Amino acid sequence: MISINRDKCARCGGCVSVCPVEALTLTEHGLVCDAKCINCGTCVKFCPAGALSLPEKGAGAKEE
Amino acid sequence: MFREEYDVVVVGMGPAGSSAARTCAEAGLSVLALEKRQEIGAPKRCGEGLGKNSLARMGVEFNPKWAMQEIEGATCYAPDGKYVRINYDGPEGWVIERKVFDKELAAIAARAGAFVVAKSEVQKVERTQDGKVEVTINYAGTHYTTKAKLIIACDGVETRIARMMGLNTKINLNDIAQGAQLEMANIDIDPKRIELYFGNEIAPGGYVWIFPKGNDVANVGIGIRHPYGDENRTAMDYLMEFINSRPELKKGSILEYNTGGVPVGGLLENMVADNLLVAGDAAHHVNPIHGGGIAEAYIGGRIAAETAIEAIKAGEFSAEFLSRYNKKWWDERGNKMKNVEKLRKVVEELKDDELNFLAEELHGEDLVELSRGNALKKLAKIMMKRPTLLRLAKKLL
Repeated sequence: MISINRDKCARCGGCVSVCPVEALTLTEHGLVCDAKCINCGTCVKFCPAGALSLPEKGAGAKEE
Repeated sequence: MFREEYDVVVVGMGPAGSSAARTCAEAGLSVLALEKRQEIGAPKRCGEGLGKNSLARMGVEFNPKWAMQEIEGATCYAPDGKYVRINYDGPEGWVIERKVFDKELAAIAARAGAFVVAKSEVQKVERTQDGKVEVTINYAGTHYTTKAKLIIACDGVETRIARMMGLNTKINLNDIAQGAQLEMANIDIDPKRIELYFGNEIAPGGYVWIFPKGNDVANVGIGIRHPYGDENRTAMDYLMEFINSRPELKKGSILEYNTGGVPVGGLLENMVADNLLVAGDAAHHVNPIHGGGIAEAYIGGRIAAETAIEAIKAGEFSAEFLSRYNKKWWDERGNKMKNVEKLRKVVEELKDDELNFLAEELHGEDLVELSRGNALKKLAKIMMKRPTLLRLAKKLL
Protein backbone atom coordinates (compact mmCIF):
# COMPACT_ATOMS: atom_id res chain seq x y z
CA MET A 1 0.00 0.00 0.00
CA ILE A 2 1.23 3.52 -0.71
CA SER A 3 2.16 5.71 2.21
CA ILE A 4 0.70 9.15 2.73
CA ASN A 5 2.74 11.97 4.25
CA ARG A 6 0.02 13.99 5.96
CA ASP A 7 2.32 16.96 6.50
CA LYS A 8 2.90 17.26 2.77
CA CYS A 9 -0.66 16.44 1.62
CA ALA A 10 -2.72 19.55 0.81
CA ARG A 11 -5.93 17.53 0.34
CA CYS A 12 -6.55 18.44 -3.28
CA GLY A 13 -8.03 15.04 -4.14
CA GLY A 14 -6.44 14.79 -7.57
CA CYS A 15 -4.92 11.41 -6.70
CA VAL A 16 -8.39 10.01 -5.96
CA SER A 17 -9.49 10.73 -9.51
CA VAL A 18 -6.52 8.95 -11.13
CA CYS A 19 -6.50 5.82 -8.95
CA PRO A 20 -7.48 2.96 -11.27
CA VAL A 21 -8.85 0.74 -8.48
CA GLU A 22 -10.68 3.31 -6.31
CA ALA A 23 -8.41 2.67 -3.35
CA LEU A 24 -8.14 6.34 -2.35
CA THR A 25 -10.79 8.44 -0.63
CA LEU A 26 -10.52 12.06 0.49
CA THR A 27 -12.47 12.49 3.72
CA GLU A 28 -12.80 15.57 5.86
CA HIS A 29 -10.11 14.00 8.04
CA GLY A 30 -7.67 13.61 5.19
CA LEU A 31 -6.69 11.18 2.49
CA VAL A 32 -7.22 7.48 3.12
CA CYS A 33 -5.85 4.50 1.17
CA ASP A 34 -7.52 1.12 1.55
CA ALA A 35 -6.51 -2.47 0.90
CA LYS A 36 -7.60 -2.33 -2.75
CA CYS A 37 -4.30 -0.52 -3.50
CA ILE A 38 -2.19 -2.41 -6.07
CA ASN A 39 0.94 -0.26 -5.70
CA CYS A 40 0.74 0.86 -9.32
CA GLY A 41 2.19 4.27 -8.46
CA THR A 42 -0.21 6.33 -10.58
CA CYS A 43 -1.12 8.57 -7.62
CA VAL A 44 2.56 8.96 -6.73
CA LYS A 45 3.26 10.26 -10.25
CA PHE A 46 0.35 12.67 -9.96
CA CYS A 47 0.85 14.18 -6.51
CA PRO A 48 1.82 17.87 -6.95
CA ALA A 49 3.13 18.02 -3.38
CA GLY A 50 5.17 14.80 -3.27
CA ALA A 51 3.04 13.48 -0.42
CA LEU A 52 2.64 9.92 -1.72
CA SER A 53 5.22 7.17 -2.01
CA LEU A 54 5.39 3.51 -2.87
CA PRO A 55 6.61 1.05 -0.25
CA GLU A 56 10.31 0.34 -0.57
CA LYS A 57 11.02 -2.88 -2.44
CA GLY A 58 10.83 -5.84 -0.07
CA ALA A 59 9.67 -3.69 2.83
CA GLY A 60 6.03 -4.71 2.92
CA ALA A 61 4.24 -8.02 2.72
CA LYS A 62 2.10 -6.72 -0.14
CA GLU A 63 5.10 -5.94 -2.29
CA GLU A 64 6.10 -9.28 -3.76
CA MET B 1 -32.83 19.44 10.99
CA PHE B 2 -33.53 18.00 7.56
CA ARG B 3 -36.84 17.24 5.90
CA GLU B 4 -37.88 13.65 5.33
CA GLU B 5 -37.52 14.08 1.60
CA TYR B 6 -36.27 16.54 -1.02
CA ASP B 7 -36.73 16.61 -4.74
CA VAL B 8 -33.00 17.15 -5.19
CA VAL B 9 -29.96 16.79 -2.95
CA VAL B 10 -26.93 18.67 -4.29
CA VAL B 11 -23.60 17.41 -2.97
CA GLY B 12 -20.73 19.90 -3.01
CA MET B 13 -21.20 23.67 -2.93
CA GLY B 14 -18.57 24.98 -5.29
CA PRO B 15 -19.78 26.91 -8.32
CA ALA B 16 -21.37 23.84 -9.98
CA GLY B 17 -23.33 22.89 -6.86
CA SER B 18 -24.48 26.44 -6.17
CA SER B 19 -25.63 26.81 -9.74
CA ALA B 20 -27.51 23.49 -9.71
CA ALA B 21 -29.12 24.32 -6.35
CA ARG B 22 -30.10 27.79 -7.49
CA THR B 23 -31.59 26.64 -10.79
CA CYS B 24 -33.62 23.85 -9.15
CA ALA B 25 -34.84 26.12 -6.35
CA GLU B 26 -35.84 28.88 -8.76
CA ALA B 27 -38.04 26.32 -10.54
CA GLY B 28 -39.78 25.57 -7.26
CA LEU B 29 -38.13 22.23 -6.41
CA SER B 30 -37.26 21.40 -2.83
CA VAL B 31 -33.47 21.42 -2.62
CA LEU B 32 -30.98 20.37 0.04
CA ALA B 33 -27.43 21.53 -0.79
CA LEU B 34 -24.59 20.01 1.22
CA GLU B 35 -20.95 21.01 1.61
CA LYS B 36 -18.61 18.69 3.47
CA ARG B 37 -16.14 21.39 4.43
CA GLN B 38 -16.81 23.62 7.38
CA GLU B 39 -16.43 26.68 5.20
CA ILE B 40 -17.67 27.00 1.64
CA GLY B 41 -14.92 28.06 -0.77
CA ALA B 42 -11.90 27.22 1.38
CA PRO B 43 -9.31 26.02 0.88
CA LYS B 44 -9.27 26.99 -2.77
CA ARG B 45 -7.93 24.89 -5.64
CA CYS B 46 -7.88 27.76 -8.07
CA GLY B 47 -5.88 30.63 -9.55
CA GLU B 48 -8.96 32.82 -8.98
CA GLY B 49 -9.05 34.51 -12.38
CA LEU B 50 -12.53 35.35 -13.68
CA GLY B 51 -13.26 37.09 -16.98
CA LYS B 52 -16.03 39.64 -17.35
CA ASN B 53 -17.36 37.58 -20.21
CA SER B 54 -17.41 34.46 -18.02
CA LEU B 55 -19.35 36.22 -15.29
CA ALA B 56 -21.93 37.34 -17.85
CA ARG B 57 -22.28 33.78 -19.15
CA MET B 58 -22.86 32.60 -15.59
CA GLY B 59 -25.72 35.04 -15.08
CA VAL B 60 -24.25 36.37 -11.84
CA GLU B 61 -24.12 40.06 -10.88
CA PHE B 62 -20.80 41.73 -10.23
CA ASN B 63 -20.15 42.33 -6.55
CA PRO B 64 -17.13 44.36 -5.40
CA LYS B 65 -16.81 42.33 -2.21
CA TRP B 66 -15.26 39.34 -4.04
CA ALA B 67 -13.28 41.28 -6.65
CA MET B 68 -9.76 41.68 -5.28
CA GLN B 69 -8.12 43.19 -8.36
CA GLU B 70 -9.30 44.50 -11.69
CA ILE B 71 -7.33 43.10 -14.64
CA GLU B 72 -6.73 45.08 -17.83
CA GLY B 73 -4.50 42.76 -19.78
CA ALA B 74 -2.40 39.65 -19.97
CA THR B 75 1.16 38.97 -21.02
CA CYS B 76 2.17 35.53 -22.30
CA TYR B 77 5.91 34.81 -22.21
CA ALA B 78 7.62 32.36 -24.55
CA PRO B 79 10.68 30.49 -23.23
CA ASP B 80 13.13 33.01 -24.72
CA GLY B 81 11.38 35.93 -23.07
CA LYS B 82 9.46 37.06 -26.18
CA TYR B 83 5.95 37.92 -25.22
CA VAL B 84 2.48 38.47 -26.58
CA ARG B 85 0.48 41.16 -24.87
CA ILE B 86 -3.28 41.02 -24.70
CA ASN B 87 -4.63 44.49 -24.09
CA TYR B 88 -8.14 45.53 -23.36
CA ASP B 89 -9.72 48.98 -23.41
CA GLY B 90 -10.81 48.72 -19.83
CA PRO B 91 -11.23 46.17 -17.08
CA GLU B 92 -11.66 42.75 -18.65
CA GLY B 93 -11.93 40.66 -15.55
CA TRP B 94 -10.89 40.21 -11.98
CA VAL B 95 -8.79 38.14 -9.70
CA ILE B 96 -11.30 37.20 -7.06
CA GLU B 97 -11.37 35.86 -3.51
CA ARG B 98 -12.90 32.41 -4.00
CA LYS B 99 -13.89 32.08 -0.37
CA VAL B 100 -16.05 35.20 -0.64
CA PHE B 101 -17.21 34.47 -4.18
CA ASP B 102 -18.27 30.87 -3.49
CA LYS B 103 -20.18 31.93 -0.38
CA GLU B 104 -21.97 34.57 -2.40
CA LEU B 105 -22.93 31.96 -5.03
CA ALA B 106 -24.20 29.69 -2.23
CA ALA B 107 -26.15 32.60 -0.74
CA ILE B 108 -27.78 33.20 -4.13
CA ALA B 109 -28.90 29.56 -4.11
CA ALA B 110 -30.14 29.93 -0.53
CA ARG B 111 -32.13 33.05 -1.40
CA ALA B 112 -33.72 31.14 -4.27
CA GLY B 113 -34.99 28.63 -1.71
CA ALA B 114 -32.31 25.94 -1.41
CA PHE B 115 -31.37 24.80 2.11
CA VAL B 116 -27.57 25.06 2.17
CA VAL B 117 -25.63 23.30 4.95
CA ALA B 118 -21.83 23.26 5.43
CA LYS B 119 -19.90 20.66 7.47
CA SER B 120 -22.23 18.03 6.05
CA GLU B 121 -20.48 15.01 4.64
CA VAL B 122 -22.55 12.44 2.76
CA GLN B 123 -21.70 9.05 4.27
CA LYS B 124 -23.98 6.80 2.28
CA VAL B 125 -26.34 6.88 -0.66
CA GLU B 126 -28.62 3.94 -1.23
CA ARG B 127 -31.31 3.47 -3.85
CA THR B 128 -34.64 2.44 -2.32
CA GLN B 129 -37.48 0.21 -3.55
CA ASP B 130 -39.60 3.22 -4.52
CA GLY B 131 -37.01 4.46 -7.03
CA LYS B 132 -35.55 7.17 -4.79
CA VAL B 133 -32.30 7.49 -2.86
CA GLU B 134 -31.71 7.38 0.88
CA VAL B 135 -28.95 9.78 1.87
CA THR B 136 -27.05 9.50 5.16
CA ILE B 137 -25.48 12.78 6.23
CA ASN B 138 -22.89 13.47 8.90
CA TYR B 139 -23.56 17.04 10.00
CA ALA B 140 -20.95 18.09 12.57
CA GLY B 141 -20.77 14.62 14.09
CA THR B 142 -24.47 13.76 14.12
CA HIS B 143 -25.96 11.41 11.55
CA TYR B 144 -29.19 12.17 9.74
CA THR B 145 -31.02 10.45 6.93
CA THR B 146 -33.19 11.99 4.28
CA LYS B 147 -34.47 10.95 0.88
CA ALA B 148 -34.01 12.43 -2.57
CA LYS B 149 -35.54 11.80 -5.93
CA LEU B 150 -32.34 12.96 -7.57
CA ILE B 151 -28.76 13.60 -6.54
CA ILE B 152 -26.67 16.19 -8.34
CA ALA B 153 -23.03 15.38 -7.53
CA CYS B 154 -20.74 18.41 -7.69
CA ASP B 155 -18.24 17.05 -5.21
CA GLY B 156 -15.07 17.88 -7.05
CA VAL B 157 -12.46 16.01 -8.98
CA GLU B 158 -12.35 13.31 -6.25
CA THR B 159 -16.12 12.71 -6.47
CA ARG B 160 -17.23 10.01 -4.08
CA ILE B 161 -20.89 10.27 -4.90
CA ALA B 162 -20.50 9.30 -8.55
CA ARG B 163 -18.43 6.32 -7.46
CA MET B 164 -20.95 5.28 -4.80
CA MET B 165 -23.77 5.47 -7.34
CA GLY B 166 -21.96 3.46 -9.97
CA LEU B 167 -20.79 6.11 -12.42
CA ASN B 168 -17.18 5.88 -13.56
CA THR B 169 -15.51 9.30 -13.70
CA LYS B 170 -11.90 8.14 -13.33
CA ILE B 171 -9.43 10.25 -15.22
CA ASN B 172 -6.31 9.22 -17.11
CA LEU B 173 -3.07 10.55 -15.64
CA ASN B 174 -2.35 12.29 -18.96
CA ASP B 175 -5.66 14.18 -18.79
CA ILE B 176 -5.18 15.83 -15.42
CA ALA B 177 -2.87 18.74 -14.73
CA GLN B 178 -0.81 18.68 -11.57
CA GLY B 179 -1.34 22.08 -9.98
CA ALA B 180 0.55 23.88 -7.25
CA GLN B 181 0.17 27.46 -6.10
CA LEU B 182 1.34 29.88 -3.47
CA GLU B 183 -0.53 33.05 -2.66
CA MET B 184 2.35 35.42 -2.08
CA ALA B 185 2.70 38.86 -0.52
CA ASN B 186 5.38 41.54 -0.69
CA ILE B 187 6.31 40.71 -4.30
CA ASP B 188 6.95 43.07 -7.22
CA ILE B 189 4.25 42.74 -9.86
CA ASP B 190 2.13 44.77 -12.23
CA PRO B 191 -1.22 44.57 -10.44
CA LYS B 192 -3.25 45.30 -13.58
CA ARG B 193 -1.91 42.43 -15.68
CA ILE B 194 -1.88 38.67 -15.38
CA GLU B 195 1.30 36.96 -16.56
CA LEU B 196 1.67 33.50 -18.09
CA TYR B 197 5.01 31.77 -18.67
CA PHE B 198 5.44 28.89 -21.11
CA GLY B 199 8.32 26.53 -21.74
CA ASN B 200 9.31 22.92 -21.34
CA GLU B 201 11.87 23.73 -18.67
CA ILE B 202 9.60 26.08 -16.75
CA ALA B 203 6.33 24.16 -16.88
CA PRO B 204 6.33 20.99 -19.00
CA GLY B 205 2.90 20.45 -20.57
CA GLY B 206 1.49 23.55 -18.91
CA TYR B 207 2.36 27.04 -17.74
CA VAL B 208 3.17 29.25 -14.77
CA TRP B 209 0.73 32.01 -13.85
CA ILE B 210 0.89 35.17 -11.80
CA PHE B 211 -2.58 36.45 -10.93
CA PRO B 212 -2.44 39.70 -8.91
CA LYS B 213 -4.77 40.11 -5.96
CA GLY B 214 -3.48 43.55 -5.03
CA ASN B 215 -0.48 45.81 -5.46
CA ASP B 216 2.00 43.33 -4.03
CA VAL B 217 -0.07 40.17 -3.57
CA ALA B 218 -0.66 37.46 -6.17
CA ASN B 219 -1.45 33.82 -6.76
CA VAL B 220 1.74 32.37 -8.23
CA GLY B 221 0.94 28.94 -9.57
CA ILE B 222 1.82 26.21 -12.01
CA GLY B 223 0.10 23.46 -13.94
CA ILE B 224 2.22 20.70 -15.45
CA ARG B 225 1.31 17.42 -16.99
CA HIS B 226 2.40 13.86 -17.23
CA PRO B 227 4.32 12.60 -19.19
CA TYR B 228 6.10 15.83 -20.12
CA GLY B 229 7.95 16.62 -16.94
CA ASP B 230 10.74 14.99 -14.99
CA GLU B 231 9.07 12.20 -13.05
CA ASN B 232 11.16 12.88 -9.98
CA ARG B 233 10.03 16.48 -9.66
CA THR B 234 6.63 17.52 -8.36
CA ALA B 235 4.59 20.48 -9.55
CA MET B 236 5.58 22.27 -6.34
CA ASP B 237 9.27 21.59 -7.13
CA TYR B 238 8.87 23.22 -10.56
CA LEU B 239 7.02 26.16 -9.04
CA MET B 240 9.69 26.73 -6.40
CA GLU B 241 12.38 26.70 -9.05
CA PHE B 242 10.51 29.39 -10.98
CA ILE B 243 9.99 31.52 -7.88
CA ASN B 244 13.57 31.14 -6.69
CA SER B 245 14.91 32.20 -10.09
CA ARG B 246 13.15 35.57 -9.81
CA PRO B 247 14.29 38.00 -7.12
CA GLU B 248 11.00 39.93 -7.37
CA LEU B 249 9.15 36.78 -6.25
CA LYS B 250 11.78 35.02 -4.19
CA LYS B 251 11.64 37.69 -1.48
CA GLY B 252 7.90 37.18 -1.04
CA SER B 253 5.97 35.68 1.85
CA ILE B 254 3.55 32.76 1.59
CA LEU B 255 -0.06 33.51 2.57
CA GLU B 256 -1.59 30.27 1.31
CA TYR B 257 -0.37 26.90 0.02
CA ASN B 258 -2.51 25.03 -2.50
CA THR B 259 -2.30 22.01 -4.73
CA GLY B 260 -4.86 20.68 -7.16
CA GLY B 261 -5.73 18.25 -9.88
CA VAL B 262 -7.22 20.00 -12.89
CA PRO B 263 -9.12 17.77 -15.32
CA VAL B 264 -8.01 19.28 -18.64
CA GLY B 265 -9.26 16.43 -20.78
CA GLY B 266 -11.18 13.21 -20.64
CA LEU B 267 -14.54 14.88 -21.27
CA LEU B 268 -17.25 12.44 -20.21
CA GLU B 269 -19.68 11.04 -22.77
CA ASN B 270 -21.93 9.99 -19.91
CA MET B 271 -22.55 12.09 -16.81
CA VAL B 272 -25.64 10.32 -15.43
CA ALA B 273 -26.75 7.14 -13.69
CA ASP B 274 -30.12 6.23 -12.17
CA ASN B 275 -31.10 9.13 -9.83
CA LEU B 276 -27.75 10.86 -10.54
CA LEU B 277 -26.37 13.79 -12.51
CA VAL B 278 -22.76 14.97 -12.20
CA ALA B 279 -21.41 18.48 -12.85
CA GLY B 280 -18.35 20.66 -12.30
CA ASP B 281 -14.87 19.23 -11.74
CA ALA B 282 -16.54 15.89 -10.94
CA ALA B 283 -17.71 15.82 -14.58
CA HIS B 284 -14.44 17.37 -15.87
CA HIS B 285 -16.16 20.65 -16.75
CA VAL B 286 -12.94 22.58 -17.26
CA ASN B 287 -11.51 24.54 -20.18
CA PRO B 288 -8.76 22.17 -21.40
CA ILE B 289 -6.35 24.86 -22.61
CA HIS B 290 -6.14 27.18 -19.60
CA GLY B 291 -7.65 24.95 -16.94
CA GLY B 292 -10.19 27.56 -15.85
CA GLY B 293 -13.29 25.97 -14.39
CA ILE B 294 -15.49 28.51 -12.59
CA ALA B 295 -17.72 29.43 -15.51
CA GLU B 296 -17.74 25.92 -17.01
CA ALA B 297 -18.79 24.50 -13.64
CA TYR B 298 -21.54 27.06 -13.14
CA ILE B 299 -22.91 26.46 -16.63
CA GLY B 300 -22.60 22.67 -16.23
CA GLY B 301 -24.49 22.84 -12.93
CA ARG B 302 -27.24 24.85 -14.56
CA ILE B 303 -27.62 22.42 -17.48
CA ALA B 304 -27.73 19.44 -15.09
CA ALA B 305 -30.41 21.22 -13.06
CA GLU B 306 -32.53 21.90 -16.15
CA THR B 307 -32.70 18.17 -16.79
CA ALA B 308 -33.40 17.54 -13.10
CA ILE B 309 -36.37 19.90 -13.29
CA GLU B 310 -37.76 18.03 -16.30
CA ALA B 311 -37.20 14.71 -14.55
CA ILE B 312 -39.06 15.78 -11.40
CA LYS B 313 -41.95 17.05 -13.52
CA ALA B 314 -42.10 13.77 -15.43
CA GLY B 315 -41.53 11.62 -12.33
CA GLU B 316 -38.74 9.85 -14.22
CA PHE B 317 -35.40 9.29 -12.49
CA SER B 318 -33.78 6.64 -14.68
CA ALA B 319 -30.41 7.06 -16.37
CA GLU B 320 -32.23 6.72 -19.67
CA PHE B 321 -34.38 9.79 -19.00
CA LEU B 322 -31.53 11.77 -17.43
CA SER B 323 -29.24 11.11 -20.41
CA ARG B 324 -30.79 14.12 -22.16
CA TYR B 325 -28.40 16.09 -19.92
CA ASN B 326 -25.47 14.49 -21.80
CA LYS B 327 -26.80 15.68 -25.12
CA LYS B 328 -27.62 19.15 -23.85
CA TRP B 329 -24.21 19.66 -22.29
CA TRP B 330 -22.38 18.36 -25.34
CA ASP B 331 -24.42 20.62 -27.64
CA GLU B 332 -23.92 23.71 -25.50
CA ARG B 333 -20.38 23.18 -24.14
CA GLY B 334 -18.85 19.77 -24.89
CA ASN B 335 -18.18 20.17 -28.58
CA LYS B 336 -16.51 23.54 -27.97
CA MET B 337 -14.42 22.02 -25.19
CA LYS B 338 -13.46 19.12 -27.44
CA ASN B 339 -12.08 21.68 -29.90
CA VAL B 340 -10.11 23.34 -27.14
CA GLU B 341 -8.79 19.94 -26.07
CA LYS B 342 -7.59 19.39 -29.63
CA LEU B 343 -5.67 22.64 -29.39
CA ARG B 344 -4.19 21.64 -26.03
CA LYS B 345 -2.92 18.39 -27.49
CA VAL B 346 -1.08 20.37 -30.17
CA VAL B 347 0.29 23.09 -27.89
CA GLU B 348 1.73 20.61 -25.42
CA GLU B 349 3.83 19.02 -28.19
CA LEU B 350 5.53 22.29 -29.07
CA LYS B 351 9.24 22.58 -28.43
CA ASP B 352 10.66 25.74 -26.90
CA ASP B 353 11.93 27.18 -30.21
CA GLU B 354 8.50 26.57 -31.74
CA LEU B 355 6.82 28.40 -28.86
CA ASN B 356 9.24 31.29 -29.46
CA PHE B 357 8.27 31.30 -33.14
CA LEU B 358 4.54 31.39 -32.36
CA ALA B 359 5.02 34.22 -29.87
CA GLU B 360 6.30 36.30 -32.79
CA GLU B 361 3.47 35.36 -35.12
CA LEU B 362 0.44 35.48 -32.86
CA HIS B 363 -1.43 38.51 -31.57
CA GLY B 364 -3.22 38.97 -28.29
CA GLU B 365 -6.68 38.67 -29.78
CA ASP B 366 -5.71 35.37 -31.45
CA LEU B 367 -4.91 33.91 -28.04
CA VAL B 368 -8.28 34.99 -26.66
CA GLU B 369 -10.11 33.38 -29.59
CA LEU B 370 -8.04 30.20 -29.33
CA SER B 371 -8.84 29.82 -25.64
CA ARG B 372 -12.52 29.87 -26.57
CA GLY B 373 -12.11 27.08 -29.09
CA ASN B 374 -12.15 29.38 -32.13
CA ALA B 375 -9.49 30.36 -34.71
CA LEU B 376 -7.91 26.90 -34.82
CA LYS B 377 -7.60 27.19 -38.60
CA LYS B 378 -5.73 30.47 -38.30
CA LEU B 379 -3.23 28.90 -35.93
CA ALA B 380 -2.82 25.93 -38.29
CA LYS B 381 -2.05 28.33 -41.14
CA ILE B 382 0.65 30.07 -39.13
CA MET B 383 2.15 26.77 -38.04
CA MET B 384 2.32 25.58 -41.65
CA LYS B 385 4.92 28.28 -42.35
CA ARG B 386 7.32 25.97 -40.50
CA PRO B 387 7.87 22.59 -42.15
CA THR B 388 8.61 20.94 -38.79
CA LEU B 389 5.18 22.00 -37.56
CA LEU B 390 3.21 20.63 -40.51
CA ARG B 391 2.36 17.36 -38.81
CA LEU B 392 1.02 19.12 -35.72
CA ALA B 393 -0.81 21.78 -37.73
CA LYS B 394 -2.81 19.11 -39.50
CA LYS B 395 -4.15 17.92 -36.15
CA LEU B 396 -5.91 21.26 -35.78
CA LEU B 397 -7.94 20.87 -38.95
